[in-house]
Amino acid sequence: MSTPVDPGQRHPAAQPPELDPVVLSALGLSVWYGQTQALRDITIAIPRNKITALIGPSGCGKSTLLRCFNRMNDLIQGARMGGEIRFDGDVISGDIDAVVLRRRIGMVFQKPNPFPKNIYNNVAWGARINGYRGDMDELVERSLRRAALWDEVKNKLHRPGLDLSGGQQQRLCIARTLAVEPEVILMDEPCSALDPISTARVEDLMDDLKNDYTIVIVTHNMQQARRVSDLTACLMLDDAGQDGHRTGILAEFSPTDILFTNPKDPRTEAYITGRIG
Amino acid sequence: MSGSRDKAADASSVHWPARPRYLGWIESGVALALFACALVTVLTTLGILIVLGAQSIAFFQTAGISPLAFLFGNSLKPDAKPPLFGILPLIWGTGMVAVGSSLVALPIGLLSAIYLSEYAPRQARSILKPMLELLAGVPTIVYGYLALLLVTPALRRMLEPMGLRVETFNALAACVVVGIMIIPLVSSLSEDVLSSVPRGLREAAYGLGATKFEVSTRVVLPAALSGVLASFILAISRAVGETMAVVLAAGMRPQITLNPLTSIETMTTYIVQVVSGEASYGTPKYLSLFAVGLSLFAATMVLNIISGLVLRRFREAYQ
Repeated sequence: MSTPVDPGQRHPAAQPPELDPVVLSALGLSVWYGQTQALRDITIAIPRNKITALIGPSGCGKSTLLRCFNRMNDLIQGARMGGEIRFDGDVISGDIDAVVLRRRIGMVFQKPNPFPKNIYNNVAWGARINGYRGDMDELVERSLRRAALWDEVKNKLHRPGLDLSGGQQQRLCIARTLAVEPEVILMDEPCSALDPISTARVEDLMDDLKNDYTIVIVTHNMQQARRVSDLTACLMLDDAGQDGHRTGILAEFSPTDILFTNPKDPRTEAYITGRIG
Repeated sequence: MSGSRDKAADASSVHWPARPRYLGWIESGVALALFACALVTVLTTLGILIVLGAQSIAFFQTAGISPLAFLFGNSLKPDAKPPLFGILPLIWGTGMVAVGSSLVALPIGLLSAIYLSEYAPRQARSILKPMLELLAGVPTIVYGYLALLLVTPALRRMLEPMGLRVETFNALAACVVVGIMIIPLVSSLSEDVLSSVPRGLREAAYGLGATKFEVSTRVVLPAALSGVLASFILAISRAVGETMAVVLAAGMRPQITLNPLTSIETMTTYIVQVVSGEASYGTPKYLSLFAVGLSLFAATMVLNIISGLVLRRFREAYQ
């Protein structure tokens, strides 16, 4: 049982915790899949050049929230969004061209998903469809270097991307995302299919990338959230409504060290100490 | 300690009796029965091959013709004296129908597969896909008289004002109806392989800022290419083997021509013609049936083997 919350109370923790420039923000965001509400009234502001982790129990809508930021939910029939999302000050929750948005907000997925093409073309593909006019060889090399993969693949750029190990495939997917020069990188449990050594490499890479990019990462692994993120948002499921369905809400959003050492919300505390979820 | 273990063993022998020994026999019996069923198809194929092969040899002996002269001779006059058995006109006619119907079916089938797999909303797909597959259930002879009564008159109205003569029986009408007939083969099989492309690949492409068209044509289609090609080959081999629609639409004049508005004859049509005629048993004309049948069998088998090889490559790419 989680502690009942006064329904009229706006989440006091859901304010921007620092005065960093905000790059992405959600205001009163709700998401429905058909008749089922997945997220309710999420208000969150994600600062630039920081790593923001989204944690919470299974089914609480972490990935749904992440996929609102690049309008990936549009691909799901019956998905609807209420409230407002802003990116660099522009509203991106309304009737916008998601294709243009997705180049600027890249995404790395749970399961490494390189294209069934060679390594070079995996990296070049996104740049090509976006009409990149610069030197493609240089872009591919720069992206692979930035993803800490260049030294391992520079002699086999024309081998299939699917021949690489899982960890290398995930870094290839990161390189592919970097090649379209996004401002934000959304990562949906990027390490859940990787072994600990590959996970450590991806985490090092994230730390390096945050100088140039804003990263939002969904993770099931609380140690990972603690290790890599500057800020952590903990999502929770509310109490079941009359139909027995539970909806995701934002329980707490704080700097990572504060959230893990001194959580304000009792549900967050219960979750991070392993009592729920 | 050991006492309680004994007790547990007692209890387990009550609730979990030893399984009877005859279960093993049943298992072997089941395996044998299933094997016998599988054997039926293999034996049938072998039987067909043996009959066709033996009768074909008899044909080549009685007609005094070499297989090469048979396949590449360009004059087919089984009733002439002496009869001529060059089936190149039949191979040509069969190829013409195969190519012509592919020109109709492959683009339309593939594009509708892409629509169904990538563009169609779930409701549209759940209505359209069964309807397309219904096309495959129409008896082929129905396509034949549709060609005769609808397609050919329509072609006449379109082409005769341009000064082109359209014969009552013509290859083009056969190509159109056989093409329509094999659309569902292409669209249904292609749709299956297109939609089995992992969703992660589509998401990756969308995530990089690709449009739906780019995702469909530059990620999904290449990833499913071998499956799509296999569906093409299967459809072509269906067109090669198609009989009744072609009999009614294209007529029975064995000739090597590039003009699709005239009558032609395919291998299958020739078989129908001979069977429905009065060729007496053991004559070269009668035996030629089997040699043509064997050629047809070989052609479709080669196409099916190619299709199988292509499909295997697809499975290797995506386990």
